[in-house]
Amino acid sequence: MSRTLISQAQLRRGRGRFVYWTLLTVVVAGFTLVFLGPLYWMVTGALKSGQEIAQTPPTLWPHDPELQNYADAWNNLELAKLMFNTFYYAAGAVFFQLVFDTAAAYALSKLRPIFGNVILGLMLATLMIPAMVLIVPQYVTAIDLPIIHVNLLDSPWAIWLPLVANAFNIFLLKRFFDSIPEDLIAAAQMDGASPLRTLWSIILPMSRPILGVVSIFAVTAVWKDFLWPKLVMPSPETRTLSVGIYAFAGGTPQNVVIAASVIAAIPTVIIFLLFQRNIMSGLTTGSLKG
Amino acid sequence: MVIVAPQITKQPAPAPSARNNRGSLGRKVKDNLTGHAFLIGAVLCFALFMWFPMVRGIVMSFQRTRRGETTWVGWDNYVRIVADPSFWVAWKNTFVFTILALVLGYALPFFVAILLNEFRHAKGYLRVLVYLPVMLPPASALFLFKFYAYDPSDAGLFNAILKGVGLPTSEWMQSPTMTIPAMVIASTWMNMGSAVLIYLASLQNIPGELYEAAELDGAGIWRRIWNVTIPQTRLILALLAMIQIVATMQLFIEPLILANGAGTQDSATSVAYLIYQHGFFQNDLNGAAALGVIMLLVLAAFSAVYVRLTTKKD
Repeated sequence: MSRTLISQAQLRRGRGRFVYWTLLTVVVAGFTLVFLGPLYWMVTGALKSGQEIAQTPPTLWPHDPELQNYADAWNNLELAKLMFNTFYYAAGAVFFQLVFDTAAAYALSKLRPIFGNVILGLMLATLMIPAMVLIVPQYVTAIDLPIIHVNLLDSPWAIWLPLVANAFNIFLLKRFFDSIPEDLIAAAQMDGASPLRTLWSIILPMSRPILGVVSIFAVTAVWKDFLWPKLVMPSPETRTLSVGIYAFAGGTPQNVVIAASVIAAIPTVIIFLLFQRNIMSGLTTGSLKG
Repeated sequence: MVIVAPQITKQPAPAPSARNNRGSLGRKVKDNLTGHAFLIGAVLCFALFMWFPMVRGIVMSFQRTRRGETTWVGWDNYVRIVADPSFWVAWKNTFVFTILALVLGYALPFFVAILLNEFRHAKGYLRVLVYLPVMLPPASALFLFKFYAYDPSDAGLFNAILKGVGLPTSEWMQSPTMTIPAMVIASTWMNMGSAVLIYLASLQNIPGELYEAAELDGAGIWRRIWNVTIPQTRLILALLAMIQIVATMQLFIEPLILANGAGTQDSATSVAYLIYQHGFFQNDLNGAAALGVIMLLVLAAFSAVYVRLTTKKD
C-alpha cells in the first residue's frame, strides 16, 4: 500500500498511534450512529405501537414489539403487487439496456459506421440536459408517440424505452470495448465471424464485469426512480413501490407507512450488500481516469 | 485467443472474392449498414425520449394547447410563468437550497474521503456505511425523515437528541426558516456516499512521493492537504461541484415528500416542483415547458461561466 497524507511510520509511533486509534474509534462509532442509526430507528420504530411512537422521550427499543404494522403495510398497501411490478420493470430495464446499449456501444467502438461520432456526440450531449427540463415534453411524447400515435401510459414500455436512452451506459460500455485489442476482432473477422458473432463470442464474454455494473445500475435506477413512474403509471395496478407508498401515505398511519418504506428498501439493500464491489468499482471507473 | 478458437470452425469459410473486394464501395456500404443496424435500437430511444423532447420542449413553450387545439402564442407562456407569484419564491428557495447543499454536501464528502483514506482498518465497513443511504429508495428515506426525524414534538428523533444535550428543539418542517436546512440535511445524508467514493478513488491515484517530498520540506498535515491533495484532485473536485449544482437545482422529491410540496408559507416550493404543479395539476403543460426552458438556460449560463472560471486558471 502506497503512502498517503500521513506516513505509516508516524501512525505507528507513540502519539501518532494513540491519535490514530482514538480517531478510528470515534469515526467508526460516529458513522455507525449517523448512517446505521436512522435505519435502526426506522426498522424498530415500525415495530412500536402508535402510542409508543408518540411517547416522550422516545424508547430505544420497542417495549412490546409487534409485527402488526408490517403485516398491515403488506396487506393494505398491496406491497406484493407493487413489488412484483417494480421487479418486472427492473428486469425489463436490464434486458433492454443490455441489448440495445451494448449493441450501440459495440458499433461505436468497433464497427465505427459513418456519422458514428456525430451520434456519440449527440448521445453524450444529453448528459448535460437536466432531467426536470425534459419531463414535460417526455410525458407528452409518451402519451402520444410520434407517427404511430400509441399511448404508453400504464405500459411497461414507458419505463423501459426511456431507460435505454442512457448516455452514461453507452459511455461506460464503449470505453470498456475500446480497451479490447483490435487484433482479437481482426482475427475473428479473418476467420469469417460476422459482427454479431464477434460481439456475442468475443466481446461479451470479456465484458462480464462491466455488464454486471450496467445491470445493477439499471435495477437500482428503476427501484429508486419516483417522478417518471408516478407520471406514466397512474393506475394503482401498475404503480411502483415508491409511488404506491407515496399514494397511500396520506390516509395511512405513520408507522405503517414507515413499515412499508422498510420493506421497499430491503431489495436494494440486499443488492448492495451482495454486489458492493461491482457497484463501487462501476461508480468510480465511470467518473475518473479521463 | 483461446475463447475464439472453438467457434471459428463452425463458421463457413469466407469467399476469397470478399477478401479481395475489401475496399470496394459495395463493401463499405454494407459495413456501414451493419454498423447502423447495431445502433438503431439505442438511437431510436434517444430520438424518442431525449432529442425529440428537447426540441419539443422549446416548441411547446411558444404554443398553447386548449381543448386539443394548438396555437402559436409567442412569449405568452413565459410572461404568465414569470408573473406567477410563486416563480420568484421558487427560484429563491432553489438557490438557497443549492448553496446550503454546496456548503454542507460538497466539502463534507471530500474531508470524509481524506479521513477514510488514512485509515488502515475498518475501511470496507466505513465505505459500505457511507454508501448505504444512496441505495435506499429516496421515498423510503424521506418518509423516515418526515415522520421520525423531523417530528416537531419532543418524541421526534432530532428533537429528542437536541433536548438530550440541552439545546432548544425545533419545529423542523413546520417552521419556514428550518424547512430548507432540514431538506439539505436529508438530501446530504441520502446522497453524499457517491461523492465520498469518487473522491476516495481519486485520492488513491495520488503518488505517495508527493506527500513524502512535501513532508521533507516541512509541510504539516493541512499544508499537505492544501498543496498536494487539492491540486492533485482538482479536476474531479471541479467536475463534482458542477454535477452537484445541476442535481441540487432540480430539487423535487424532498419538498414533495417532506413538505407536502409547497411547505409552510411556500418555504419549500422549488422550481422543479413548480414545473410539476403547472404541468400536471394546473393543466398548463405549455407553461411548464416554458419554465423548463428557463431552467435549462439558467443552468447552461451557469455551466458556461463555471467552465470559463475553472479552465482559465490552468
